[in-house]
Amino acid sequence: MAIEVRIPTILRNYTDGAKSVEGSGDTLAGLIADLDARYDGLRERLVDDSGLRRFVNVYLNDEDVRFLGGLDAPVKDGDTVTVLPAVAGGAL
Amino acid sequence: MLTLPGALRAAVIAHARADHPDEACGVIAGPAGSDRPERFIPMTNAERSPTFYRFDSMEQLRVWREMDERDEEPVVIYHSHTATEAYPSRTDIAYASEPGAHYVLVSTRDPDQAEVRSFRIVDGTVTEEEVCVPEDGPVPE
Repeated sequence: MAIEVRIPTILRNYTDGAKSVEGSGDTLAGLIADLDARYDGLRERLVDDSGLRRFVNVYLNDEDVRFLGGLDAPVKDGDTVTVLPAVAGGAL
Repeated sequence: MLTLPGALRAAVIAHARADHPDEACGVIAGPAGSDRPERFIPMTNAERSPTFYRFDSMEQLRVWREMDERDEEPVVIYHSHTATEAYPSRTDIAYASEPGAHYVLVSTRDPDQAEVRSFRIVDGTVTEEEVCVPEDGPVPE
């Protein structure tokens, strides 16, 4: 089973520089756990106590997973998950 | 040093003025590895706030995919401060996630004079750099 996960520049130090890795799982949570087993520390950059980190965007194919159930979003073979840190900031 | 063509500098200022008093934000893409900002991409500030900005998540996906297809990268990530100086704030530093980008800040606090400054933000460290507009020579201060 292969789900492609596209890794942003700032997280490639966890994947030995790879822009794209493969994983498996039935849900996004399972997929992230699978990746974390091979790329130690990656999960903590994506998930905190309340779920997916607020300033990390995760997309399943062409949709933001926030609208698909977040960590409970079902994933399957052939899906592509894309991670992009939010671009944000402000005056304070 | 950021080399920024005058027309692009003007486009960034115009966007900031147009969105004032909300913060404006966007990207200037350029060929990967070139360090040349070429393609101006104003973005929607999903927060629509005078003190915070965030790229709309679906717009960001579209733009990032497009840059990838065109073998580009975000050479400049810009946003405006509407009442404070053109210097990275604590949140700007905390959320800076493109270590290769030039972070351009515009302040629109003065209605007559826009302040435009550029910074590298890497691992939480801010380094200011000169903005060089090739047609004019180095921009003073």
